[in-house]
Amino acid sequence: MNKAPMLLQARGIKKDFFGNVVLKDINFTLEKGQIMGLVGENGAGKSTLMKILFGMKDITETGGYQGDIILDGEKVHFETPFDALAAGIGMVHQEFSLLPDFSSTENIQLNRESVNYNVTSEIFGERLNTLNKKEMRKKAVEAINKLGVDLSPEMVVSEMPVGHKQFTEISRELSREKMKLLILDEPTAVLTEKEAETLLKTMRKLADSGISIIFITHRLGEIMEVCDKILVMRDGCIISELEKDKTNVREITKAMVGREVKGISENKRENSDAPEIMNISHLWVNMPGEIVRDVNLSVKKGEILGIGGLAGQGKLGIPNGIMGLYQAGGKVIFDGKEIQLNDAKLCLKEGLAFVSEDRRGVGLLLDESLEWNVSFTAMQAQDKYLKKYFNGLIKWRDQKAIEEVTQKYIDELQIKCTSSKQKAKELSGGNQQKICLAKAFALEPRLLMVSEPTRGIDVGAKALVLEALKKYNQEAGTTIIMVSSELEELRTTCDRIAIITDGKVAGILPAHTSSEEFGYLMVGAKDMVKEGEK
Amino acid sequence: MKKTNIKSFVLDNLVPIIFIVIGIFGIMFSGFSATAIANEMMTRLARNSFLVISLLIPIMAGMGLNFGMTLGAMAGQIGLIFITEWGIVGIPGMILAAIISTPISIFLGYICGKILNMAKGREMVTSYIIGFFINGVYQLIVLFLMGVIIPIKSDILLPRGYGIRNTVNLIGIRKCLDNLIPLKIAGVSIPLATFLVIALLCLFIIWFRKTKLGQDMRAVSQDMEVARDSGIKVEETRILSIIISTVLAGYGMIIYLQNMGTLNTYNSHNQIGMFSAAALLVGGASVSKANIRNVFLGVILFHLMFYVSPYAGKNLIGEAQLGEYFRVFVSYGVITLSLVLYELKKKRDKLERGKKLALMQEEDK
Repeated sequence: MNKAPMLLQARGIKKDFFGNVVLKDINFTLEKGQIMGLVGENGAGKSTLMKILFGMKDITETGGYQGDIILDGEKVHFETPFDALAAGIGMVHQEFSLLPDFSSTENIQLNRESVNYNVTSEIFGERLNTLNKKEMRKKAVEAINKLGVDLSPEMVVSEMPVGHKQFTEISRELSREKMKLLILDEPTAVLTEKEAETLLKTMRKLADSGISIIFITHRLGEIMEVCDKILVMRDGCIISELEKDKTNVREITKAMVGREVKGISENKRENSDAPEIMNISHLWVNMPGEIVRDVNLSVKKGEILGIGGLAGQGKLGIPNGIMGLYQAGGKVIFDGKEIQLNDAKLCLKEGLAFVSEDRRGVGLLLDESLEWNVSFTAMQAQDKYLKKYFNGLIKWRDQKAIEEVTQKYIDELQIKCTSSKQKAKELSGGNQQKICLAKAFALEPRLLMVSEPTRGIDVGAKALVLEALKKYNQEAGTTIIMVSSELEELRTTCDRIAIITDGKVAGILPAHTSSEEFGYLMVGAKDMVKEGEK
Repeated sequence: MKKTNIKSFVLDNLVPIIFIVIGIFGIMFSGFSATAIANEMMTRLARNSFLVISLLIPIMAGMGLNFGMTLGAMAGQIGLIFITEWGIVGIPGMILAAIISTPISIFLGYICGKILNMAKGREMVTSYIIGFFINGVYQLIVLFLMGVIIPIKSDILLPRGYGIRNTVNLIGIRKCLDNLIPLKIAGVSIPLATFLVIALLCLFIIWFRKTKLGQDMRAVSQDMEVARDSGIKVEETRILSIIISTVLAGYGMIIYLQNMGTLNTYNSHNQIGMFSAAALLVGGASVSKANIRNVFLGVILFHLMFYVSPYAGKNLIGEAQLGEYFRVFVSYGVITLSLVLYELKKKRDKLERGKKLALMQEEDK
């Protein structure tokens, strides 16, 4: 183990966001020139850990962290990303932080441009020095060569394929002097297979030149290919630290998703002869960050269909696209009738309802009463809770009916509030979610889509929300499509689960399948498993 | 392929094309000689270009059209009031007026920039309203404080003993820059010295784009967060762009008024922001993109319409008022049209991305 000197050591790192513990006692070490893979499900704490390393302001603004970070034998505590950069840590974020109208050179050299001296700068400050384009280009080319990719220094970012954007980002980090540690957060997620291969090769080259790399990815195949050691995180802990040579994909997947499974779905009703209620074919959705490509799905009447997958793979785009919140194309047939895409009101009229994952933005009228929140969509789309005069020429709100229906759902869903007149923003997250459900139930839909119904609410409320969904499905016979990042939640609630990877359906399995199987689908490693077993 | 090129060319340059058409019809019906038009255009180009150029830098910093340039115009006017009071004439008078206006412009520009930083994404409407607000302060100073707290003695005061008259005669500097280097080609007099000053300003703009500060402004205009993450001081950069614009607008106003020869104390600055912005947009600029070519093309087309439309109106329907009507209608209209086109273009780009996605899917099959 002691071949290479130690670069980074983390000792007893803990972090909580206002009492909500996300990291408990993290310890690891990283040697010079080593590539460490970091894997874990969404919410395992990977990003928080990296944010601490990089001194991001989300950490400092929420009370800092506990524990020590030792870089090159010295204890460090970064207050801002600039401190981290100065110490030789570079990070490439999942989202690009590039300027679209600048060339790759300008982006690589951003705010570190080489300048020519001129006199005006003596009076008005250094910013009036002119740029030295030649020198800038030279430095950019140097960084690109270090990365060893084919990237034109003059190309404008907005015209680049995604892969080149990623290379530009990495080159920017490499162009800094004394770069010691490079953190790559899902760098291959947006790359084609060939580009990803180039990147992996480059990472190896960089490591050989003495730069250490922390590599976060969901693709286990890549981890196996390039990493020296692998750190598996789950629920804010490091579950296992594996040497690459002594492990296989199966072991990693197990460590990643394998929490104890309790109360697995009792509803194993796989009535395959139930009629089809919705058929989705060749659906694409242009939802930034959750792009859907060519999805084909068939939904059976009366079932709860789960849609799972890792963040950013497109699972959220499916309901948002069908309901017309984002631009979509393809063909969706609901109950024998083709649905007009890109028109939310028509969808509601057809008997579809949607509970958005963006509770506060899309789901609720925060400044209005619960009554309004529950009845609003039904009033708008279906003319419910309205008194009509003059043959429908004048429509008046039916206050009594509104109060009744709100009270009914408050009782049914056990919503904690002072009265049905309370404002929606005053409720806790869990109760707000229940209001969103009530709003959808009030539409009496034939098919209900719920997106991330338990995001950001506490454990007790989670169980209630899921229970309410199940009950509604059984009693009213409503078909439900439930999208969630939490696999266990899907497994306890749904009949079948479709896993979305890269915007496409990777596979549909019955809910009682083991979580490992789902794990393979998520990381796109179906074939790898067999290799691992050999 | 070629068809879509023509279509997108027309769509991208819709405003200038409309104005070229209006201009051609106007010239035909006005009955002006080529020399008359050329003479008038030379004057107006020299008079307005400097003001319009002052709008370029905030656009570069992604802050849209700086209607707050009226602040600079007011500062310039205060400078002119003082030199008239002190009786300093000619080029030295203009230079002194510029020197007086500079600290006032910097101060007002700083305030304006500070406020605009609090209203990110709504810079244009905010700067428009700041113009009205500072106009009130300007009136307080010029109408009530001058002659009382600020010593003014000469006959530019109102008979009551304080406050400046409605019109101040700028006889001391009238056309002093325009006529500094007399030049006449084929009956068209060319204010060469003014053009030289404008050329210098253009060189400054071109040079400025190449400085570190210019590069920072372009970065800030594209994505404030990314710029901030790279260590660029976003707020400071934005304030600087507004200050530079305000100072230039002050100088521009002095050049404008030396050509006019009289200062309408309470009106001259009022519509300067709007007319300059309209001229720039007519030249094919957008809220996010503008260059020097847009300035000159815009000033020529916009003022050509101003000049010919009253006569064209008179010859066509015997109504000279039509021109005056056109003036206001078209300025507001062209700003509205440009804003709408800008939004439409953004929407069009978004739809294009969706189509690309659909196309990629087709290819996969």
